[in-house]
Amino acid sequence: MGTVVALSNLLDARQVWRGRALPPTEGGQPTGWPMLDAVLPARGWPEASLTEILLPADGIGELRLLLPTLARLTQGQRPVMLIAPPYAPCAMGWRQQGVNLQRVDIVDADEKQALWAAEQCLRSGSCAAVLAWPQQADDRSLRRLQVAADTGRALAFLFRDSRYLANASPAALRLELAASPQPSLWIRKCRGGHVPAHPISLLHLYSHPHDLRQTAPSAECSSEEIHPIHDKLNPLRQTGEGIVKFPSLGTRGE
Amino acid sequence: MLWTCISLPHLALDGVLRRRDDDSPLVLVDGPANARCVVAANAAAQSAGLHVGQRLSAAQALLAQFEAIPYDPADADRWQRFLAGVAYRYSSQVALLPHAIVLEISRSRSLLGDWAKIERHLRSDLAELGFRHHMAAAPTPHAAQVLANASDGLAVFSRDTMQRALEAIPLQKSYLPEQAVDALPRMGIRRLGQLLRMPRDGLQRRFGGGLLQAIDRLLGDMPSGLDLYLPPDAVDWRIELLHEVENIAALVFPVKRMTGDLAAYLSGRDGGVQRFVLRLEHRENAVTEVPVGMLSPERDASVLFEAARGRLEQVQLPAPVLSLRLIASDLPGFVPAGRDLFDERPANALPFEQLRERLRARLGDAAVYRLGTTIDPRPEHSQRMVAADERFLEPRPRPTWLLDKPIPLRGALRILAGPERMETGWWDDCETRRDYYIVETAQGQRAWAYCMPGEHAPGEHMGWMLHGWFA
Repeated sequence: MGTVVALSNLLDARQVWRGRALPPTEGGQPTGWPMLDAVLPARGWPEASLTEILLPADGIGELRLLLPTLARLTQGQRPVMLIAPPYAPCAMGWRQQGVNLQRVDIVDADEKQALWAAEQCLRSGSCAAVLAWPQQADDRSLRRLQVAADTGRALAFLFRDSRYLANASPAALRLELAASPQPSLWIRKCRGGHVPAHPISLLHLYSHPHDLRQTAPSAECSSEEIHPIHDKLNPLRQTGEGIVKFPSLGTRGE
Repeated sequence: MLWTCISLPHLALDGVLRRRDDDSPLVLVDGPANARCVVAANAAAQSAGLHVGQRLSAAQALLAQFEAIPYDPADADRWQRFLAGVAYRYSSQVALLPHAIVLEISRSRSLLGDWAKIERHLRSDLAELGFRHHMAAAPTPHAAQVLANASDGLAVFSRDTMQRALEAIPLQKSYLPEQAVDALPRMGIRRLGQLLRMPRDGLQRRFGGGLLQAIDRLLGDMPSGLDLYLPPDAVDWRIELLHEVENIAALVFPVKRMTGDLAAYLSGRDGGVQRFVLRLEHRENAVTEVPVGMLSPERDASVLFEAARGRLEQVQLPAPVLSLRLIASDLPGFVPAGRDLFDERPANALPFEQLRERLRARLGDAAVYRLGTTIDPRPEHSQRMVAADERFLEPRPRPTWLLDKPIPLRGALRILAGPERMETGWWDDCETRRDYYIVETAQGQRAWAYCMPGEHAPGEHMGWMLHGWFA
């Protein structure tokens, strides 16, 4: 009892459990979608942690969720890794969304190596974001990825099938994309905040992109960089009740 | 002018010792087969009583177990040239003298700092490479050589101090012509100082012009007349292994030495290497080639070693390895990667280039790549793996995922946009005639699909082909 222990030492050594973790720092990694930022506790992606994105099928808007973030990172010359993507990324499509392809490395890896590669990239501390599509990942490997993301101070995004929703996960943020009845985004878990009771409509979310021009882009984009063109050219721009207008081609569908 | 001399008294022995990691007694022997003599002995052998000049039979009587390796002058020569390449990093004027390297550093001082700093750099480089050395600096290369052997670390900057320092040197250590060095002590002249005070015409008469020329070169009255070293444009190094090596793990140490040497050589040349070959030589001239390729020119020792080890670990040895050869014929320029001044990355971060090489070493050379666009409008030809990229921006929408091969798309579809007619490619055999649409599937997926033009009134029962996803 005689020794005096500084409180800060005890806290630093993590021997004392504190009831509330520190509130997440805000605004470090905005998602680029103001509506999503508004409901996330960190006002953006949780920094240096794992984010799980669960989807029922490919092609329902899962990449669009990340493209503003990837555009911001790659235009700031920060490297991004894609580990075992299910299809080849369409270079022109990514560029149209403002991604600097010179900073995007694609890693082809089989089922077993994908998790290893993702962990190496996260742990290295030299990648800004790592996107991975593992075939199967158990709780243990997810935990490893979470620790690696924390070590390397990187954003980790894991794309998995919706059927894994029932399994517990160590991810700091779990998002579920649902296509029916309405294309919507559910926040299933978010560390440091309460889970919203209602989903966000994807149509609504994607129709309100963050306007880059208002927030002094000069710090991150050099003058030559390509600006996102989704305002002008995106065919998926919704008007009214979900009717799509395509410039110069008129309206089809109902 | 300020010349530094690096004297390498144990060049041949150090060259042998540096590729071994044990400390057992070892000597180099030379001479005819019936009268072999020890020409160099390592510390363990010396403490057992072996010394230079001893007969091999006498040495064997003293010590039961030691290794005797034949002395190879070509080997020592190769190491000397290698070290000249390392020294080339500090000066563009590097020359070779017997058992020594001299380099002119007065013009490098504004870049590298004063003599003390250059000396420290040189010594740490040589110590890291495993070569024992003496070093001295003087206004002429020959004086530097003389002083380096007499007193390690001496530096004289002016002619007067140089002359004073030289005066005390015994003639045997003066590197003057041998005939004069033999004869002069019999005349009572034992030190350089005494010789320098002798009248020149007398010396000319007795010893000819050779001695006077050597003295003039020593003092700088005459140009030193050295041939400057030029680094070769390719690397081809070979080391003989001391035993037959049957598993790859035993090759790691020599490979580490070789890649470390390569890194030292490349930084001397301010170049990099993108691909090199490790050639494992077996009996009867059989070889196993291990090509090592990297995504960009590198010259960091750990990157080169990791890349080489990754490739080496996948090799199945068909036979024991006798020797190892490293060949790098193309040494491109090296541009160090730019870093942010206020780097936010963690302190122990692995450099990004090293991460990519590590992934490639395990997953295969083609597993890590970047995509760039071409100006071909056909989706199949619109992108490829590239190093540099075009800046062209397609005005029409393109998906984010692209299928390698289009596949049939079935089920109820809703057309969101289109058509976009693509009719091109007549110049090669892949002529394309398609109408691309953006469609939505029943599951809410947005697809980039096409059908043949002419199939009018797009409906649900057309032959849709899926080519990408707007994910």
